[in-house]
Amino acid sequence: MADITMPKLSDTMTEGTLVKWKKKVGDKVESGEVIAEVETDKATMEMESFDEGILTEIYVQEGQKVEIGQRIARIGDASSPAPKTATPAAPSTQSPAAPAATPATPAAPSTQTTPVPASSPAAPAPGPAATKPADGARVKASPLAKKVAASKGIDLSAIVGSGPGGRILEKDVMASTATVSVAKPAAAPVYAAAPMVAPVAAPSRTAAGVAPALADRRVPLTGMRKAIADRLLISKTQIPHFYLHVEVDAGPLMKIRAEINQAAGEGGNKISVNDLILKATIAAIAKNPKTNASFDGDAIAEYERINLAVAVAVDEGLVTPVIRDARLRSLTDISLTVKDLAARARTKKLKPEEYQGGTFTVSNLGSYGIDQFDAIINPPQSVILSVGRVMKQPVVTEAGELAVGERLNLGVSCDHRVVDGAIGAAFLASLKSLIENPVTMLV
Amino acid sequence: MTLREITYRQALNEALAEELERDQNVFLMGEEVAQYNGAYKISQGLLERFGPKRVIDAPIAEAGFAGIGIGAAMVGLRPIVEFMTFSFSLVAFDQVANNAPNIMTMSGGQFHAPIVFRGPNGPAHQLGATHMHATECLYANFPGLKIVVPATPRDAKGLLKSAVRDEAPVLVLEVEMLYAFKGMVEPPMPEFDLLVPIGKASVAREGSDVTILSYGRTVPMALHAAEQIEKEHGIHAEVIDLRSIKPLDLETILNSVTKTHRVVVAEQDRPFCGIGAELTFQIQQHIFDELDAPVARVAQEEVAVPYNEALEHAMLPNEEKIVAAVRATCGV
Repeated sequence: MADITMPKLSDTMTEGTLVKWKKKVGDKVESGEVIAEVETDKATMEMESFDEGILTEIYVQEGQKVEIGQRIARIGDASSPAPKTATPAAPSTQSPAAPAATPATPAAPSTQTTPVPASSPAAPAPGPAATKPADGARVKASPLAKKVAASKGIDLSAIVGSGPGGRILEKDVMASTATVSVAKPAAAPVYAAAPMVAPVAAPSRTAAGVAPALADRRVPLTGMRKAIADRLLISKTQIPHFYLHVEVDAGPLMKIRAEINQAAGEGGNKISVNDLILKATIAAIAKNPKTNASFDGDAIAEYERINLAVAVAVDEGLVTPVIRDARLRSLTDISLTVKDLAARARTKKLKPEEYQGGTFTVSNLGSYGIDQFDAIINPPQSVILSVGRVMKQPVVTEAGELAVGERLNLGVSCDHRVVDGAIGAAFLASLKSLIENPVTMLV
Repeated sequence: MTLREITYRQALNEALAEELERDQNVFLMGEEVAQYNGAYKISQGLLERFGPKRVIDAPIAEAGFAGIGIGAAMVGLRPIVEFMTFSFSLVAFDQVANNAPNIMTMSGGQFHAPIVFRGPNGPAHQLGATHMHATECLYANFPGLKIVVPATPRDAKGLLKSAVRDEAPVLVLEVEMLYAFKGMVEPPMPEFDLLVPIGKASVAREGSDVTILSYGRTVPMALHAAEQIEKEHGIHAEVIDLRSIKPLDLETILNSVTKTHRVVVAEQDRPFCGIGAELTFQIQQHIFDELDAPVARVAQEEVAVPYNEALEHAMLPNEEKIVAAVRATCGV
């Protein structure tokens, strides 16, 4: 598959007129064969193909003027049929429904990865053709262009490349930042760039099998999405994160939960796994007070109170309501408080003081089936706990026998300016011990 | 201290004389180096000055005198062995590539070979297929050898002197076409002891748009090409003179490419497994994300060197090819 672009046929040529196509779509093309006549500023010249295959698409009509480097046709493999339109290849980037990680973030800022493989359904626009790669093909961009685009949160699939074969170069990315109102690096640059529409005639896409026009959209940021974008960008770029994980035996915790809930009886408050993990987390923070702190310029702010923030997914994104003064709260108190806060978060009934002032955050994606993950720190806090799901696993018992055990993966993301590896590890060790011996939460 | 303008040839001659003078253990050996003053007159006057024990005419037997040199180095002398051309070093390939770099390892550290092999290397003018081999890419494949390729009179002198004092076997690959090339050099010893460190590239010309990596004969070509491209296309090319093939000064190379984001390698050897292949690998390995265009290479064509002058010109790297590669890389 190769794009044919308007060649530079003379030193002073900046654009050429496509006088006549010598081949039509579906024709076989040999390397070196004349495929079109092009009129330059000096003469009409024959344009040879450097590639061989089947001419699969013609983007420029006879008589039309085209700038140098502009794509005018495409040659495909002789074996492969003409390209289908716009299958959104690589589902890749779009993060799933679950607002993953943390206080304010889709778990991994997944969309940020580099190549942005044509996830945008490059519209086979009616009328003028979109000049970006029109099918699910990989976006061709130089490594530098990819890096710059990633750092600026620009979607490469919306940029027209000026390099050989339509390769996107750094200057193309820079040019797009100048013309497209996207300047601000957003967390998820999905619709970052406005759809580019080039002054090229309609491609011959009216054949059967063409997908209906898929409309790209620009969705204005809501206040919450903007807050998520701003805070997490600052966090991920300015806080030196490091990550630790530990696997804990969740068996004892599941057992005690069953016992508690059985004792509560029908109609009583049911304790969730998460409630127990929150209780254990509070106790572990109390044992490792350095995790309950913030980096504050020229000092570390250490907090006496444990205000435990809990990530809650809501329609627009997520919020992190706070269990205040959590140190002294009973399990039932924690359970009821979280239920209340989460319910009001979903109906947007939280008061500001109910989601501000957290000193430590817990994000639990276990209910979404996530095994383990690394949440982004919720600034100005220093640690966030990432809780995975309880998994049934084959384990070797102390007696040396194979049995079905229950395992849970816990991770912390720490701000290394405040919390060193040893402190983070000690915290996780405390938490593991508490969960594996839940009775110790009582003391 | 007053700089003088001297030729590359004179610079090498001064380096030999100063090192023979400085250390009684240094001696020069090779075909025609003594009575004939060297096939290229590099050893002019040295027999007269230092006598036949220090400046020795060897028979036409490269494997023999290269081996004698390595043996002498093993027992404490500091031999400088001249090959009339490095194309003839192929006759002594086992000594240069196999014995010199490995004797320390093979003797468990009992011996080492602080020897210098020097002489003209690579493309010259109408010497035909067998007398113009650019051997740097061959020898660069052998761990334990150091390889320098001076492109200026100052580097020729300073690198040869550093090579004589190095404890490893060092190949000083001279450029025949530059022997008459002039440049500014510090005064001779005792006034100034010019040592150019092995393993440091130099920025021969600063630029911002594209890096041309060159060495030996391609350095002046790259500089001329850079001038032309700036004049005609407004492209500011940075020219790096590697000076040392091994060890390679990766830091200077990567810093330059990180600045310009585009690279043309202009090498005097053949392309397949040539120096440019290694440079290209290193660049993409270390700073892939900095590249805005594929790395381009200008090298010899993959054929035997023709004697015919026009064909020879077409086959060797030259300024026009460098200009074309820079233009393609920069899209102008």
